[in-house]
Amino acid sequence: MHSIPQSHKEITSLIKSGELTCESLVRQYLDNIHEQEDLNVFISLFDSEAVERAREIDKKLKDGKAGKLAGAVFSVKDVISVKDKLLTCGSKFLSNFESLYNATAVERLLNEDAIIIGKVNCDEFAMGSSNENSYFGHVKNPVDKTRVPGGSSGASAVSVAANMCLMSLGSETGGSIRQPASFCGITGLKATYGRISRFGLVAFASSFDSIGIFGNNNYDIGLALEVISGFDERDSTSSDHKVLNYASESEKNFDPKEIRIGYVKEYFEEGLSDAVRTGINEKLDVLRKKGFTVKEISLPSSKYVIQTYYILTCAEASSNLSRFDGVRYGVRSENSDAVEEMYVNSRSEGFGEEVKRRIMLGTYVLSAGYYDAYYRKGQKARTLIRKDFEKAFNEVDYIISPTTPTTAFKLGEKIEDPLAMYLNDIYTVSANLAGIPAISVPAGQDKDGLPFGLQIMGKKFDEAGLLKMANEIN
Amino acid sequence: MAVSLKDVDKIATLAKLKFSGTEKEKLQKDLNKILEYIDHLNELDLEGVEPLENINETENVLRKDEVYTWLTTEEALKNAPSKTGKFFKVPKVLDK
Repeated sequence: MHSIPQSHKEITSLIKSGELTCESLVRQYLDNIHEQEDLNVFISLFDSEAVERAREIDKKLKDGKAGKLAGAVFSVKDVISVKDKLLTCGSKFLSNFESLYNATAVERLLNEDAIIIGKVNCDEFAMGSSNENSYFGHVKNPVDKTRVPGGSSGASAVSVAANMCLMSLGSETGGSIRQPASFCGITGLKATYGRISRFGLVAFASSFDSIGIFGNNNYDIGLALEVISGFDERDSTSSDHKVLNYASESEKNFDPKEIRIGYVKEYFEEGLSDAVRTGINEKLDVLRKKGFTVKEISLPSSKYVIQTYYILTCAEASSNLSRFDGVRYGVRSENSDAVEEMYVNSRSEGFGEEVKRRIMLGTYVLSAGYYDAYYRKGQKARTLIRKDFEKAFNEVDYIISPTTPTTAFKLGEKIEDPLAMYLNDIYTVSANLAGIPAISVPAGQDKDGLPFGLQIMGKKFDEAGLLKMANEIN
Repeated sequence: MAVSLKDVDKIATLAKLKFSGTEKEKLQKDLNKILEYIDHLNELDLEGVEPLENINETENVLRKDEVYTWLTTEEALKNAPSKTGKFFKVPKVLDK
């Protein structure tokens, strides 16, 4: 594998000094992609097109006309639209579907001269925590190929960790960026709900979904974030909250005396592995030594986040995925003489097991007689969870926790036990339930060399603060 | 509130999905296990708690009601599994 510059700053300076061109950089990434095909990262690769675009950007750079992401090469999770390219969502159902337009986030990246090198694998419709639920096969963790990379944006994390690109766009509903970032030893940001337009992101659970960013460092993530954030009239849930210069913000320092950090009592109880517990506690000690106030806080509703999350996201998914009927797009079943039969057969043949399980659970909790017992109850529990966070953020400025209870588990280890798989998201789903921003930063390795992440959660729209706090950890 | 095989059939009909006998049995087992875990929510006192229906607190985001070209008919039909002229084509809807 080629050694490749790990930051946009380094790339920019190498280009400036004439030691690197965008074209040679793209070719190095392509070599790395081809040498590591066994990781099963890409669903579609834009090889010659990316090289051609790199040449154009090299010319723009020479003419001094390049955008702020010139030299930044991205992969894009295959649930996000790139015009005229396949958008499979890791599903058989959409295995032949081509996007008719760019997602807003993609369009904004391209406008600043980013290069997209291809679309990457993921759990089907972003449902999963191990990237084992893809029609296109499972993805392997580059640190240990017998282990999962995490999910659902597993291949996004791998593409960055294995030097196949500089950054990746992924998506989150309950931790699908932070968990794979943790398992692969890189940084992953989920912004505040509404910070980044969801236009062009295939919907899983609309009140939870957000696009996010994988990278090697906080500055790069800040740079991508400032480009893709902001109101978009094509997504009415996107926010017009002011977009800051997150990259330069990320490099400013805190006055530790003014910052209070909370760690959640309930997160350090049962289920947390010793290696991760020790690693996170060491980081908390570092922060104490720097002069930050570090105190224990309580989120009493923590015990109920997974339950609430699965009721609400499956309900929303069952509704969102009802559009896949085989009429207007997707793979239509050939075994049907009548339209009703065609719907049922297309869906049953096109969706994988986990997607069907969640549609069934969602349909159940929304059905007559169970709506109040489950769906309504879930919405009320979500209110309590959000209130817990509001209360906590009166006491502290940031909340620090492990990202995941353990390091990456073995391929196949949890795939037969959906509940065990769901419990992997115990520390991450809360940020999506409350709509707040959260980031996972590399925090250490266990005795086998497997990485784990530290999660920082912040107040709504305090992405700049999250990135600054992340710098205090690194 | 255990899910029976009959319930699995009913939910499958609502969700427009179909399953084989073994798939149904596995689904029944999985759903019951997940719902048993979900039932821990009954420990919460939710009396008087308002349901959270809108996560980002914005209301009535309006845009101008203007006609503009988004996709052409040809583009909209690009991914159709079956089409005829300007239309999506489906198997027969009514039995004669």
